[in-house]
Amino acid sequence: MFRRLSRRALALPAVLALGLSGCASGAGSDEPAAPAAATNLTVFAAASLTGTFTELGTAFQTANPGTAVKFNFGSSATLARQITQGAPADVFAAAGPAPMKTVTDAALASAPVTFARNRLQIAVPAGNPAKVDDLADLADPKVKVALCAEQVPCGAAAVKALDAAGVKVVPVTLEQDVKATLTKVELGEVDAALVYHTDVIAAGDKVEGIEFPAAGQAVNDYPIATLAKAPAGDLAQRFVDLVLSPQGKDVLVKAGFEAP
Amino acid sequence: MLVGPALLGLAFLVLPLAGLLVRAPWATLPARLAEPQVLEALRLSLLSATVATAGCLLLGVPLAWLLARVEFPGRRLVRALVTVPLVLPPVVGGVALLLVLGRRGLVGEWLAATFGVTLPFTTAGVIVAEAFVAMPFLVISVEGALRGADQRYEEAAATLGASRWTVFRRVTLPMIMPGVIAGAVLCWARALGEFGATITFAGNFPGTTRTMPLAVYLALETEPEAAIVLSLVLLAVSVVILASLRDRWVSTP
Amino acid sequence: MSLHARLVVTRPAFALDLALEVAAGEVVALLGPNGAGKTTALRALAGLTAMSPGGRITLDGHDLHHLPADRRPIGVVFQDYLLFPHLSALDNVAFGPRCQGVPKAEARRAAAALLDRVGLAGHAAARPGRLSGGQAQRVALARALAVRPRLLLLDEPLAALDAHTRLEIRSGLRHHLAGFNGATVLVTHDPLDAMVLADRLVVIEHGAVVQQGTPGEVARHPRTDYVARLVGLNLYRGTARGVGVQVGELLLSTSERLTGPAFVAFPPAAVALYRSRPDGSPRNLWPARVGGVERHGDHVRVHLDGPISAFADITPAALADLDLTPGREVWASVKATETHAYPA
Repeated sequence: MFRRLSRRALALPAVLALGLSGCASGAGSDEPAAPAAATNLTVFAAASLTGTFTELGTAFQTANPGTAVKFNFGSSATLARQITQGAPADVFAAAGPAPMKTVTDAALASAPVTFARNRLQIAVPAGNPAKVDDLADLADPKVKVALCAEQVPCGAAAVKALDAAGVKVVPVTLEQDVKATLTKVELGEVDAALVYHTDVIAAGDKVEGIEFPAAGQAVNDYPIATLAKAPAGDLAQRFVDLVLSPQGKDVLVKAGFEAP
Repeated sequence: MLVGPALLGLAFLVLPLAGLLVRAPWATLPARLAEPQVLEALRLSLLSATVATAGCLLLGVPLAWLLARVEFPGRRLVRALVTVPLVLPPVVGGVALLLVLGRRGLVGEWLAATFGVTLPFTTAGVIVAEAFVAMPFLVISVEGALRGADQRYEEAAATLGASRWTVFRRVTLPMIMPGVIAGAVLCWARALGEFGATITFAGNFPGTTRTMPLAVYLALETEPEAAIVLSLVLLAVSVVILASLRDRWVSTP
Repeated sequence: MSLHARLVVTRPAFALDLALEVAAGEVVALLGPNGAGKTTALRALAGLTAMSPGGRITLDGHDLHHLPADRRPIGVVFQDYLLFPHLSALDNVAFGPRCQGVPKAEARRAAAALLDRVGLAGHAAARPGRLSGGQAQRVALARALAVRPRLLLLDEPLAALDAHTRLEIRSGLRHHLAGFNGATVLVTHDPLDAMVLADRLVVIEHGAVVQQGTPGEVARHPRTDYVARLVGLNLYRGTARGVGVQVGELLLSTSERLTGPAFVAFPPAAVALYRSRPDGSPRNLWPARVGGVERHGDHVRVHLDGPISAFADITPAALADLDLTPGREVWASVKATETHAYPA
């Protein structure tokens, strides 16, 4: 029984290895590829970049026929962890310097470039039922406020902004990401939340955004970098170039980002 | 023929646990455990899972009885509906709860206007979310026990003059007790590990709504080691409780 | 009369319709083959099976049929006793009085007295799982009597017992039933239980009464093959012509003088078998073929085919002498004085 078991246990990694080497030879071939041959580019990007990067990815595919851009959108910290655990990615775009630092510290990327900035706004449900018009209003205990948890970038930024403005807010909840925070606003469960300008724009007309001066103290930089072990090689740099180009800037600004 | 797959199955279930144990930061463990936030989250987790289980027992056992013992049109459909929280992604379950019990929800708006009660962002909200997700485990388990129980004992009790309620309380319930306990244990364990519906419906705030799974998830964002410690605490506590319950209640005499 | 009932239960593949009258203090046994409807009748009396239109039950002048089981003044002893496994013998017996609102201490006192009466005072604290079959039967009886029923229903009360215990419990049960002053209906498929325990037998086949009477009447005058088999008689239906009863081609001489449709019965032991046609030819003689041979207590029962099929009981020695194997041709005879004829 034990012998049979161990033989099966050996067979499984063998099959996996075969599958992996097959993939590798397809993606990272050194031979000059025929123009029509598909080449894959894998981009790990912060969830807040879902709209803009999808648009840029389409543009990239049009400009580079035969190229397929695949995105993995998610929490920047999670993506950084996946990269350090060996996930095969070509480009990493993070929603803050900290996750990028995780990757550069592991020597998996170098020379990240800031390609966009994001500024906090007060998000309120359509119609602004609690009549919030300034950051100081959030200190009112009758106003229910949602913030992102400090562990995620929007939360860290919110703390920074509130500190800078000298406003003490007791939130009812510390949400695990921007989407969850916005859901609470959209459903009217909270009267206000601090989220990024881009998130307010993405939420459409269910949410209204209110600017506030202290937001300038908590501007979030978005760095992008090609990864050292990028299977797609050159293509990765070309994608980064597109993001930094005037065309890329247009798309980002339209979505609520600011140019660096 | 059976032992091989059984061992593989066991390995599949246990190896991730071994991974946690191997990677646990044992040196800093005592210090991390002493953090008040950890104890607070643990206390909240145990409290809300226990109250949620009690609520599930109060509502779920009669529901299981209805499904198992009373013929009514659409019973199959109702039975299928009971399992909805099992297949619904918990986050969706949380949104659904907000739509019904939220401040502007179908029932929640009325609750807020009439009693001034709002559930989101309260410990009661955590309990509601956990009960919603965990109740099917109890109902299915108890219904199975009811279907397996010999109904002739209930008839015997009726001939002795016992009303439906007395039959249930003094005959049915004691006879299906192992099934009820097993269901309650499953329900409690599910409630203890609940994350998605809780964070969506009740939010996340230390002391009121941040249960252990939420603390684990947030710790994972910045401090994976802390997340491992929290997970181990949750595991250890639940294993101890479940093992002692199993010895006392679930084992066959 | 204490119980007047017409039990009507109609189902797609089965119909029960029988009238039942039981006096206070009387024990009536419902006797019948499997599937005859005995248990359905009992369940209808208990209120556990809903009756179809036309059914009614009146006990001591009160209608019961519209009451649910828990409101009927009945006590039931179930076939497998169905003692609550999680309660002690004492609490099983006290269960009924408790449901009727008797205070706990008083209910337990009454239960203890009842257990004492059935000889189980020493087992009050035992769980049913630790009781023998006979003890469980007695606890079940005590539990049914504890509610002071006006109608006692027993479903195959001895069927779950082994032969030895059965003998002992049967006599005990007879004693307790004799002391019960309400009406008792007992369901059984065992004729011996019925004969010993009941004052009157009601034989049911296919959901209807086929015969009723005292055990003696039924045993002497079976009216169906089922009853004849139960009481161990060969039974034929024919036409009486004064000195005999014409059964098919055979005229069976009888001691009674009758005319018209009639039954004729005789015990298997009255049948004599011969290898060749006997001299002096007794009146009732017919050629037969051996259909089968089986052991039956300390004698041998021979199945005979021929103008009439019959059972003959002979000694093992006679079996050896006659060399009876299936298919062998023999002559069978029975004395007219051993037969018994009665109107059909």
